[in-house]
Amino acid sequence: MPYLNRRRFLTVAGLPVVFAARLPAGIGLLGLETEDPLPGKHPDLTILNDRPVNAETPPHLLDQRITGADRLFVRNNGIAPASPPADPSAWELRIAGEAVPEPVVFTLAELKQRFEHHTYQLTLECGGNGRKEFSPPASGNQWSTGAVGCPEWTGVRLRDVLEAANFDRKKAVYVGYYGRDTHLSGDPDKVVISRGVPIAKALEDETLIAWNMNGQPLPHLNGYPLRLLASGYPASVSGKWLSEIAVRDRVHDGEKMGGASYRVPCKPVAPGAEVDDEDMCIIEEMPVKSLLTSPKTGAILSDTKTLPIAGHAWCGSGAVSKVDYSIDFGSTWQACALTKPANRYAWQHFSAQIEFPQEGYYEIWARATDDQGRAQPMVLPNWNPRGYLNNACHRIAIKVV
Amino acid sequence: MRSLRHFLLLLFLVVVLVQACSTDEAPSAPPPRRENIVDGLDSLTGLIAQGDYRLVKGNCLACHSAKLITQNRATREGWLDMIHWMQETQGLPDLGKNEGPIVDYLATYYAPEETGRRPPLDSVEWYILSAAGGQSSAER
Ligand code: HEC
Repeated sequence: MPYLNRRRFLTVAGLPVVFAARLPAGIGLLGLETEDPLPGKHPDLTILNDRPVNAETPPHLLDQRITGADRLFVRNNGIAPASPPADPSAWELRIAGEAVPEPVVFTLAELKQRFEHHTYQLTLECGGNGRKEFSPPASGNQWSTGAVGCPEWTGVRLRDVLEAANFDRKKAVYVGYYGRDTHLSGDPDKVVISRGVPIAKALEDETLIAWNMNGQPLPHLNGYPLRLLASGYPASVSGKWLSEIAVRDRVHDGEKMGGASYRVPCKPVAPGAEVDDEDMCIIEEMPVKSLLTSPKTGAILSDTKTLPIAGHAWCGSGAVSKVDYSIDFGSTWQACALTKPANRYAWQHFSAQIEFPQEGYYEIWARATDDQGRAQPMVLPNWNPRGYLNNACHRIAIKVV
Repeated sequence: MRSLRHFLLLLFLVVVLVQACSTDEAPSAPPPRRENIVDGLDSLTGLIAQGDYRLVKGNCLACHSAKLITQNRATREGWLDMIHWMQETQGLPDLGKNEGPIVDYLATYYAPEETGRRPPLDSVEWYILSAAGGQSSAER
């Protein structure tokens, strides 16, 4: 029998959930909510916020080489479209903007039929993954390590679609997306989030307009039926419930492109510093990073001093060239075995076999280095007002008894 | 399987109990969830139930849940910055005379803690990992 949690069980049993409303205030029916805030997601995802939905994946649940759709984190800035479209093939994507001679509309059916399909395994990581550790604290959802995943995505190349819309290569500077989520305030005219990427990134082979994750339609919370994917950049550039792409003749100026949103000080600042808007720069490539996914932190070894470890490593451009681990807080490092990526922007897998010298408390630290020699820092990287780009080494706790 | 059976039994008991306790109620009109304080927290929102928390309940939860507030820590200036950002970009109205008390509440009960550049690992849930049991490699 597949893992059946209590929340799911209610649905399975077809029990009327109205009983929950009759319980004394503050007492939930065995901790059940009347509505599943995370439909289609693994019950052990950590919910940071239920309105808007933000949930992350504990490291050990990311052990799969290709992240399952039920395990990919959710970072929603607004409210997902209330009801998924009954007929997704009629979903419309508009290509517009200053660098397109005339707006063009494609239905999802047309996209599928007209353009070549491509499948890539692409890492998606929220720019704020790791925010929780910053000191002084940075505002926003307090992600620990789980706003990352690497499923396999199928769709068409953004480049092919922009070419079909006759975009002007000389004029084009940036693309910006719009989606069909709604603003938290309920104001239908307010754009939730509209970010994008420089045109060179937009034209890369791996920049997709995707409708499938791991061979299945996208989960509703992750953008069903259509989304953008520009891996290697903060995941917020990969717009969900995608309805329009604007090919801009300037740096896109949509919602959350300015201020402190997804921007960091152009020059390094002291922790807690005040930074003016004009001194902030848009985040592009994400830094090198890794995650120990096996074993789950907290393992007690009682009948052995040997421990196999495994995890993934990724970076926003190029590839990861090595991963090392340390069991002595970075005094010495040992090399892990490391696979090649399935394709550009796919995470790579590392593994090693640890022999502990004696009983005691250990932390295992993993450190990835990219092909330009940049390694993950052991302490927090430079502080920034909204707490982006924390790529400090991941670590887990082990006891040998 | 056994835990599932236990759960079923428990569920049945709860349902029977709840039914028994509520026979005097019109089944079509469940009472609104009432305000309650559990372990010092407001049971409906999770806000620390002290000071002017009702002002936060009244002014801050129209758009997002209180979880976005209770996750965050900031100084008075930090909270004011967030409020001004929401007013400038996210449609939060002027809070009028409530602004001061709201910011005081937030800065008092949701103040930053000094953690340094890497705090020790906390809330580790220890479990026995047997060498024979093997890793989760089946999943990979
Ligand atoms: C008019 C709607 C609205 C109201 C009312 C509102 N907020 Fe917000 N708030 C937002 C939006 C939109 C966001 C961004 C949410 C996201 O990105 O997930 C936000 C984000 C936040 C954040 C995270 C800040 C960050 O940097 O991401 C905090 C903390 C917060 N709100 C606190 C409050 C408090 C305290 C109040 C009451 C004074 C309040 N909110 C009232 C709309 C609102």
